[in-house]
Amino acid sequence: MPVPAISLENVSKAYAPDKPPAVRDVSLELMPGEVLALVGGSGSGKTTTLKMINRLIEPTAGTIRVQGEDVTAIDPVLLRRSIGYAFQGVGLFPHLTVGANVAITPQLLGWSAERISQRIDELLTLVDLPPETYRDRLPRELSGGQQQRVGFARALAAEPRAILMDEPFGALDPITRDTVQTEFRQLQQSLAVSVVIVTHDMTEAVLLADRIAVMHEGELRQLGTPRELLRQPADDYVAQLIETPRRHSDFIESLMKNSASGGSQ
Amino acid sequence: MSPRLQLLFEQLPNLLGGHLSLAVPAIAVGVLISVPLGILCVKSAAVRGPVMTVISLVQTVPSIALLAIMVAVLGGTIGYRPAFIALLVYSILPIVRNTIVGLDSVDPAMREAARAVGMRPLQQLVKVELPLAFPVILAGIRTATVWVVGIATLSTPVGAPSLGNYIFSGLQLRDWQRVLFGCIATMSLSLVLDQLIALIETSLQRRRLALVWSATAALGVLLIIGLSPQFLSRTERGFSGLVTTQALKEKTPARETTVQPLTGQTVTIGAKGFTEQLILTELLAAEIEKAGGQAKQLGNMGSTIVFDALAKNTVDVSVDYTGTLWSTVFKEPEPLNRAAMLAAVTGRLFSEYGIVALGSLGFENTYAMVVKAEQAEARGFSTIADITPLADRLRIGGDPEFFGRPEWERVRSLYGLSAIEQVGMDSTFMYQAVADGQVDLAAGFSTDGRIDAYGLSVLEDSREAFPPYDALLLLSPKAAAKRELVAILRPLVNRISAAAMRAANRSVDEEGDTPGEAAEALRQLAFPRHADKAAAVTPVVSR
Repeated sequence: MPVPAISLENVSKAYAPDKPPAVRDVSLELMPGEVLALVGGSGSGKTTTLKMINRLIEPTAGTIRVQGEDVTAIDPVLLRRSIGYAFQGVGLFPHLTVGANVAITPQLLGWSAERISQRIDELLTLVDLPPETYRDRLPRELSGGQQQRVGFARALAAEPRAILMDEPFGALDPITRDTVQTEFRQLQQSLAVSVVIVTHDMTEAVLLADRIAVMHEGELRQLGTPRELLRQPADDYVAQLIETPRRHSDFIESLMKNSASGGSQ
Repeated sequence: MSPRLQLLFEQLPNLLGGHLSLAVPAIAVGVLISVPLGILCVKSAAVRGPVMTVISLVQTVPSIALLAIMVAVLGGTIGYRPAFIALLVYSILPIVRNTIVGLDSVDPAMREAARAVGMRPLQQLVKVELPLAFPVILAGIRTATVWVVGIATLSTPVGAPSLGNYIFSGLQLRDWQRVLFGCIATMSLSLVLDQLIALIETSLQRRRLALVWSATAALGVLLIIGLSPQFLSRTERGFSGLVTTQALKEKTPARETTVQPLTGQTVTIGAKGFTEQLILTELLAAEIEKAGGQAKQLGNMGSTIVFDALAKNTVDVSVDYTGTLWSTVFKEPEPLNRAAMLAAVTGRLFSEYGIVALGSLGFENTYAMVVKAEQAEARGFSTIADITPLADRLRIGGDPEFFGRPEWERVRSLYGLSAIEQVGMDSTFMYQAVADGQVDLAAGFSTDGRIDAYGLSVLEDSREAFPPYDALLLLSPKAAAKRELVAILRPLVNRISAAAMRAANRSVDEEGDTPGEAAEALRQLAFPRHADKAAAVTPVVSR
């Protein structure tokens, strides 16, 4: 059995001793090349869990390992440079060009200028933004979908051990989201990079993730493949949540039928 | 171009240089201090409160007072240093405040993004927070620039030449063209600096790096010009906006055959900001230059600032008045009679300050209560006591210094004038104000030419409320040790009558002569033969 890319063992986070913990006793493993979705409503603890992995937030209990290495033994800054991060609302630096945004982490790692330049071109080509056109543009000159692709390129730039994504498609319109999601999935599969993605949208989780971790009120309710969740939901909350994509598609299907029969009247 | 305007333009390089040497380095050093201070405030709440309180408080000090305080803080040093420090202090608030606002307004998500990509705290600050706050910080620098360039005009009274020389001397000489010229020059400088900084901002936003560099280079050139030894040294030596004859004389090779005892020596003359002082400064300068020396004129300084500078040997020669010294320097409340005060002041100047009074120039410039002559005649006013019954219905004009002096207290109590309404104004305007009936009387000066010019008459001080004000020729301790200098200046003692001084003042205030022309006329009156001889030896400079 290979070493997990990321593992959490009984991890908890309490912001204050007298308040209920934001995350309680969460254990999970992300296998190499796998996409794991953390799904839950607001206040479920999914984002806190994500941020504890690269020590943006420090857990109050439990152990987190990246490729088997306890993260508390690593300088948090060096840890973050070794893990890609894609943000809610894109998070590109508005004062830096596309190229400079992608180059940030490699620069912090002290790569040579030549290697960085090659890497920028390689990644921009990979995310379908021809470097000769896009590398010297500012983020505000790009569409939302293009900005999101730059966000992926930046997260991938320093050949990370894993990528963390916090609601990366939240700010996109539905059509663009669909395109970018598909591209992301293809990209992830071709690079075999390990990804943890936080989302509140179960449909997105089902489409993108190999496994889904459902969180509610700081606890991990169930962890499994979409199929496992559908067949054997651990509780009513999980059942309700995993039913949503199916309910939506059933509703759309019935709408199609009705309008077809209605048209013949 | 009119000769007057040409004269103003001739002074422009030096005064503009002086102004640049004050304003641009003050802003540059202000940025170097204020941006780190602002960062410190954002990073530490313990620093933020006290720093903001102190700099906000300092900012409320009136600028002219802050300049004067700096002179006192530096132990009476006048010229570049106090002016520079005051301007520096003024530049700090807007830059610190905008640095704080700029950094505070950086989106927290950007801070987290910077952390998440693996930046250390200093890298977050330099690579993300400061660039994002930059437009706001730059706006603060622009505010500071406009303030500092404007306030730099106020450095003239503390002996640092600036474009304010045009404004202050114009006000004294009632030469509005001069005042306007100074204003326009200051505004233009302000606009140029502001627009250069704005250009850096907009071209950075449009990522036109060539423009960014050009604007930065232009600012750099202005800084270098400001810091060039030419202007700094000129500033230190002082340069009055009124010195023009000297520059013209330097161009003309001296053909004097007489011995020049002051060759190679520089004598600094300090003057307060009114016409008589400007004329006397020109007169002294002419004597010194005739003897081969170089005269540096520091004009338009505050009254006590000249005295302090004299005591500290920053100024070599000045003219001050016995009554002024008696009350403001020696803090004596009760005046003596004229001869006794002359003796007492001379003795105490030497024993307490080492300052040597060569003697009276021969005239007194005392305060004089002036009223419209026709009104005096109609109502039968001849002494100050005659107005006492009407005191509660009268308005008196005078400069703010006068109303703060002990003499005014004496006059009020001796003549029962406590009900009179005081209207503070610059001495330039008060004679006109009496003539127009805007005030009923004014505390003028007995040698002022405008008393006659505006048809005013002087009310007699029958109760001797005003102390005597003999014009004393003073030498600093160091200057008094120079025998040649003493020998050159001593002949001026007792040579100038009150009538001659009044005529000279009038020629400047009312007839538009320059102080230099008035001084030359005064010199010919004082030394009829001497002046002829000098004219025969030195070529007369045409204007």
